[in-house]
Amino acid sequence: MRIGAGSGFQGDRLEPAVILASQGELDYLVLECLAERTIAAAQLRKLADPAAGFDPLLETRLRTLLPLAVRHGFRIVTNMGAADPLGAARKVISLGSELGLRIKVAALSGDDVLSQLEPAMRTIEARGAPLSEYGALVSANAYFGAEQMLPALANGADVVITGRVADPSLFVAPMAHAFHWKLDDWERLGRGTAIGHLLECAGQVTGGYFAEPGLKDVPNLAQLGFPWCDVDADGNGVLGKVAGTGGAITLRTVKEQLLYEVTDPGGYITPDVVADFTTVSLRETGPDRVAISGAGGRPRTATYKVSVGYRAGFVGEGEISYAGAKAVERARLAGEIVRERLREDVPDLRIDLIGIDSAHRTDFGHAHAPYEVRLRVAARTASRALAERVGAEVEALWINGPAGGGGVRRYAQERIGVVSLLLERSRVRPQVTLLQEDRETQAA
Amino acid sequence: MKRKLHELAHARAGDKGDTLTLALICYRREDYPLLREQVTAAAVKRHLGHLVQGDVRRHEVPNLHALQFVCERALDTGVTTSLALDPHGKTLSYALLEMVIDA
Repeated sequence: MRIGAGSGFQGDRLEPAVILASQGELDYLVLECLAERTIAAAQLRKLADPAAGFDPLLETRLRTLLPLAVRHGFRIVTNMGAADPLGAARKVISLGSELGLRIKVAALSGDDVLSQLEPAMRTIEARGAPLSEYGALVSANAYFGAEQMLPALANGADVVITGRVADPSLFVAPMAHAFHWKLDDWERLGRGTAIGHLLECAGQVTGGYFAEPGLKDVPNLAQLGFPWCDVDADGNGVLGKVAGTGGAITLRTVKEQLLYEVTDPGGYITPDVVADFTTVSLRETGPDRVAISGAGGRPRTATYKVSVGYRAGFVGEGEISYAGAKAVERARLAGEIVRERLREDVPDLRIDLIGIDSAHRTDFGHAHAPYEVRLRVAARTASRALAERVGAEVEALWINGPAGGGGVRRYAQERIGVVSLLLERSRVRPQVTLLQEDRETQAA
Repeated sequence: MKRKLHELAHARAGDKGDTLTLALICYRREDYPLLREQVTAAAVKRHLGHLVQGDVRRHEVPNLHALQFVCERALDTGVTTSLALDPHGKTLSYALLEMVIDA
């Protein structure tokens, strides 16, 4: 079976997915669009407007991809349901009607566990602090796995829409369905998870986020192709992409992606399995073809991970540029002025010189005077008004600060913090709803 | 001879909450023993100590000729609440590659 990855984050490019859908001879197209941050934002949108809980790009993506799915006979799996999978599924049904396509859609919901939380529950962050130490909670979503998606696939849905699902599980579910894997077949689930992890960021395995001119060249990044994997019944596979697209699939790109965001390569925990990547074997089998086999697996954990969003106050930012003689000195002076003016009201302040130390907080001894430098001031505040003041103080440097400052930009935003905890599986009720043009039913 | 890791290996940063992951992958498999010996968790903690408030753990991944570093409390509370211009710490792969070793 062939599974393609048509999106690696909420705002990802559409056209590589269209190329994959048109020419990739896919069985499944997975669209991964939901980060920790994105679902909290979706919950906030839903609070303001109950019809706005799913991914705002759902209609744009599926208006193009749905007709291709019907024409080429592949199924779509996506977490674009975000905070409202059922609402998203209804939207896709109406889109299908509008396009004259008779389709079955399934929504997986029940990942919203906000009502289950208690203030004394401990987070799994470094300090293990209880939820009561954080700001007002706005969202809590359990990470579902392949098991919870299987009824949707078994009932023949052309489009499966989920909320929070572990990213690799979006890919493991079609494999487990197609090959009738048992849900305690840890080896195969582990291998499928390795493949899912390689595919979940789409272009990050085909040479995106990899290039460095001279040392790590990647051809035609502007037309970066998205990946597929041909998976066999044992869960081993070969990565590939459509001929003529940009990018490259090599041992190097695959190694970087296999370790991306992995905190324990020997014990990568998903809702399906604890996968072991330290036994993975990679082999280049042709141009832009890498075979992956040998990942391991151990029994899954007894809990779901839950991602909790809370109100974390505001951040205010301001930036201004200086160029030419004494640019660094003028920028430093400007920063000192802002710090002094905000000392009383905004103590949690950070000052960066973009061009010198904003990214790594040091230049590791690369001492040189850049021709131009950009001052950036950022601060956490309790109120929006104070956040606005940070940018206002930077803006005021135009008239009142050192000579030759220009190009001010200012921002003030509410922040939603994210912490995690573990919840017993029995406390969470996954629900699959099957939708057709004229009816909605619950899957057993 | 002093050499920068940038000459010997490529790297990829990732984030999980306030935890930074740094994959360090040898260009040539024969350099793996050298990196394994020199690029210890303690050495990385020294190199990035101004950024990493917590512990650095190292996982050896010999099948990929790679070392995986897991840096706790490295992202100013995490991506959504950090004051950093790069709240994910995505640029920090290249901070690791600035490290100098005896090679």
